[in-house]
Amino acid sequence: MPLTPDQKKELEAQMQEYVGKPISEPTPGRDVVNEPMIRQWCDAMGDTNPAYLDPDAAKSSVHGDLVAPPTMLQAWTMEGFSMHEGYDEPRNNEHRLHKLLTEHGYTSVVATNTEQGYTRYLKPGDTVTAETFIDEISEEKATALGIGYFINTRTKFTDQDGEEVGWLTFRVLKFIPQQQPQQADASDTPASSAPARIAAPRGHDNSAWWAEVDAGKIPIQTCNQCGELFHPPRPMCGKCGAMDMGYVTSSGKGTIHTFTVIHHPQFPGYDFPILAVLVDLEEGTRLMSNMVDCKPEDLHVGMAVQGSVEEGEDGMKLPVFRRAG
Amino acid sequence: MTTSLSFSDVSVGDELPPLDVPLTASIIVGGALASRDYTPVHHDRAAANAAGMGDVFMNILTTNGYVGRYVTDWAGTDAQIKGLAIKLGTPNLPGDTMKMRGKVTEAGADGTVVVEVVGKNSWGNHVEGTVTVALPVGG
Ligand SMILES: [Zn+2]
Repeated sequence: MPLTPDQKKELEAQMQEYVGKPISEPTPGRDVVNEPMIRQWCDAMGDTNPAYLDPDAAKSSVHGDLVAPPTMLQAWTMEGFSMHEGYDEPRNNEHRLHKLLTEHGYTSVVATNTEQGYTRYLKPGDTVTAETFIDEISEEKATALGIGYFINTRTKFTDQDGEEVGWLTFRVLKFIPQQQPQQADASDTPASSAPARIAAPRGHDNSAWWAEVDAGKIPIQTCNQCGELFHPPRPMCGKCGAMDMGYVTSSGKGTIHTFTVIHHPQFPGYDFPILAVLVDLEEGTRLMSNMVDCKPEDLHVGMAVQGSVEEGEDGMKLPVFRRAG
Repeated sequence: MTTSLSFSDVSVGDELPPLDVPLTASIIVGGALASRDYTPVHHDRAAANAAGMGDVFMNILTTNGYVGRYVTDWAGTDAQIKGLAIKLGTPNLPGDTMKMRGKVTEAGADGTVVVEVVGKNSWGNHVEGTVTVALPVGG
C-alpha cells in the first residue's frame, strides 16, 4: 500500500531526526588487533602478503613490523556472532532508522557504495574504536531495484590513544522490493547461472527478417513491385503501396553513420561497454548493430565497416560489424 | 611475492595481472566469518533463499579484502594502501567466478598511484572502483 503524501511527509520528518546523530556510543572492538584473526582473514582472501604473515619479512618492509591488512579495518569492530539474530530488537539508532523504514514498506536493504581511508596501518596490540554517524538521507529515489532512500553513514576509527586510524563511509539503499515471482524457484536453479541476453521479439512484420539472419544473412527488406529497400521491415511499401514484400541480402559493406558507447546501466548478460553503431549499408538502408573487435576510442563517423552474422555462446545469431580491411 | 614495485616502475595505463577468483561457498562463508560478519545471508543458504537469493553471497568486507589483495599482489610488500572507493553491483554467488582486472589511472609525483579495479562475474560487475596506494619513491 503506497503511503499517502501526508504519511510520507511524516515518515521523512521522522527520518530526518536521525541525521547528524551518532548511531550509538563509540564502540570498541571486542579484541585487540591480533595475529590469529589476521591469518584467518588472509586464508579466506588468499592473501599471501608477507607484511601480514611473516614477521621477518615485515620487519624489513616499509611497515617495519607485522601489520593488519588495511581493508580489514571494519572487521575489528564488527559485532560478530550476535549479528545472526538480526535486529528485530533494534540495538542502535541505525537499526531503529532501518526498522522505521521497514515498517513503512521499505523492507529491503542493499549496500551500494563504500569509501575508506586508512590513516595508518594497524599493528597487533592496537585497540580499535568505531564511532558511526548517520550523515545524510536522500530524497525518495526510483532505482532499478525499487523505490527507496539512500542512507549514508560515516564511521571514524580511533586507536588506544584516541588518534584516528581510518574512516569509512557507507551508502545503503533501503527500498520497497519489486515483485519477483520467480524467487520461489530460486533454489531449483544453479544460483549463479548466467543470465541470458534478451532475444529480439519476433512478430508479424519482422520475423521473416530474423529468419534470414538465422540463415546467416544480413537481410534488407525490399518491395517486390518497385524494388525500394526498407529497414526496419514493414507490412506495406511506403513508395508504391504494394504489400508484396521480400528480402535481398546485403553485402555487409557500409560506413558508420553515427555511434554511441554504452557504459551504464549495465544489464546482466551483456559485455560493457557496448559499441552501438548505426551503419549506412552500401545498398542504401541503415542498420543498428554492435561493433566488435574495436576499441571505443577507435570508433569514428565514416569508418568503413564489414558486417557478418555471428552466433553467441547463448546460440543467438546477430549481425555484427568490424572495421573493414 | 618477493619483489615490491617502486613508483618509478609504474606508469599510467599499466595493467595489473588478471586474477580469476573461483567463488565457492567456502570462500564466501570463510570471508564472512573472517570479517566477523555473521549476517545470516552470508553463511546460511535458507536465509539467503528467504531474502530472494539462490545461495549465500559474498559480504562487502570480503569484497574489500579481495580488492586490497589484488592491488598488493601486484604492488608488493612495500605498498601502502591509503584508501579505496568502490561501487557494488551484482552479487558473488557460489559456482561463479569473479574476474578481477585493474589498470593504473593516475600516478602523482609523491608516489601515490590510483588503480582502477573491476571484479566481474557472470551477471556483470560485482565491484568497480579505485584504490589509492603509496609506492616507495626512489631507491
Ligand atoms: Zn513498392
